Amino acid sequence: MRKVYLDNAATTYVSSEVLAEMLPCFNTIYGNANSLHGFGREAANIVDRARDRIAHAINANKSNEIYFTSGGSEADNWAIKGIAHAYANKGKHIITSAIEHHAVLDACKQLEKEGFEVTYLPVNSYGLINLADLIHSIKKTTTLISIMTVNNEVGTIQNIKAIAKTAHEYGVIFHTDAVQAIGAVKIDVQDMEIDAMSMSAHKIYGPKGCGALYLKNGIRIDNLIAGGSQERAKRGGTTDVPAVAGFGKAVEIAVRDLSINQQKLKAIRTYFIDKVTERIPYVQVNGHPHQKINGTVNMSFEMIEGESIMMLLDLDGVAVSTASACTSQALEPSHVLRAMGIPDEIAQGSIRFSFGKNTTKSDIDYVVDVLEKAVNKLRSISPITKAGRK
Amino acid sequence: MMYSQQIIERFKNPKNAGGLRGANGIGKVGNAGCGDIMKMYLLIDDNGVIKDARFKTFGCCAAIASTDVACDLIKGKSVEDALKVTNKQVYEILGEMPAHKIHCSVLAEESIHAAIEDYYKKKEKESRKSAKAMIDDD
Repeated sequence: MRKVYLDNAATTYVSSEVLAEMLPCFNTIYGNANSLHGFGREAANIVDRARDRIAHAINANKSNEIYFTSGGSEADNWAIKGIAHAYANKGKHIITSAIEHHAVLDACKQLEKEGFEVTYLPVNSYGLINLADLIHSIKKTTTLISIMTVNNEVGTIQNIKAIAKTAHEYGVIFHTDAVQAIGAVKIDVQDMEIDAMSMSAHKIYGPKGCGALYLKNGIRIDNLIAGGSQERAKRGGTTDVPAVAGFGKAVEIAVRDLSINQQKLKAIRTYFIDKVTERIPYVQVNGHPHQKINGTVNMSFEMIEGESIMMLLDLDGVAVSTASACTSQALEPSHVLRAMGIPDEIAQGSIRFSFGKNTTKSDIDYVVDVLEKAVNKLRSISPITKAGRK
Repeated sequence: MMYSQQIIERFKNPKNAGGLRGANGIGKVGNAGCGDIMKMYLLIDDNGVIKDARFKTFGCCAAIASTDVACDLIKGKSVEDALKVTNKQVYEILGEMPAHKIHCSVLAEESIHAAIEDYYKKKEKESRKSAKAMIDDD
């Protein structure tokens, strides 16, 4: 059976360039990067190089502003809780958006339990927050604003520079979850005035279980993981040298190949949307029509439910993802689509297709064939009719 | 979350999917907000025996598989016996069911009830009509 992977926003394979960078670190350069002896120093050199590569790729002022973590979720949790706690004497108000990743939303919920106040900014139908809303929600007690650069479900890109500038005008620290943005949009933390930024390796052909927090020097943060002098004593735990080496290489490649990859992805995206809308009626594309990344397309298929579409595609070897209620266990459709004002019955039929750098037009042809088949099959047994749909 | 082979098989090749011409008991339960709508079509003969049962479902694999099994469970049964079919029987046939999917089997049971209720209502209407016709004849 043919297999097509269109779930690259969930995770990617590890590219051969990245793997080649990692392999020696498993059995040749295996020292503890924290050890002072030669084995340790050799490993520390690998970690330093990875840190330099990442700092360079996002134009950080200094390499020591990059702190390795176990992934994007840890970086988000650390940034939100660590900064909120470090500045709690100044105020206990945080602003974020309704469409953040759960790593941010749930960290905020935990802070609310501790007595912090959190404002969840609404978004418009494209998934963009409104700067006026942001300004109106800033208080004297606001210490942190966290808005994601690119949304993971619909791919909408926020106006990060303007948001960060606004935050700074009011003396508020700005954090962004850029997990879906690296390699998709140009990131320059100095130009964009980003104070803290979460990153992840496995969305950009690096290994799973590795990420980083960029934290501008001068910004205070409480530790999330205590226990050692690693990462300038800010994040305990023996450094995962192979993963970090791979991450550094992955970021370097992602930024190096950004424009060529985006050109390819744009062509694939356009081809896909044209084919789908030509062959399948009652489909809507969710997210911003222009201010979005090319790798992700979120579509709603009316009158049918997302998980059953996903499963039928899976039976034909095609991997996609859905945020329908049936998958989420919460029996509620995606919080992102809801925040964008998409009616529940439409949101339930939504599928995220995320392309990778090796996705071909022939892959798309196959996917559209099986997708058309799946949608027709499910619509034939749906109790919702064209006339009855809202 | 993993689906059992039975659920996947039923989802892939449902035996009772689609509408039913001449159905005299039709019931609909659920709503799109929570992700499931099930519509059950029954053909019940004059002796109150379910001759055929078919379904249309908007929902996940478990929802589609549950309604398909529910149809099997009530076919050939009297209306009274069909009302005794429980969601437990549905999910037992489907094997391991993820905990948050149990409600799909509950909805399947409810769809049987809704369809039979509709059948009773229609019957009552008819008998009232024929009673009225008899009175009119007098």
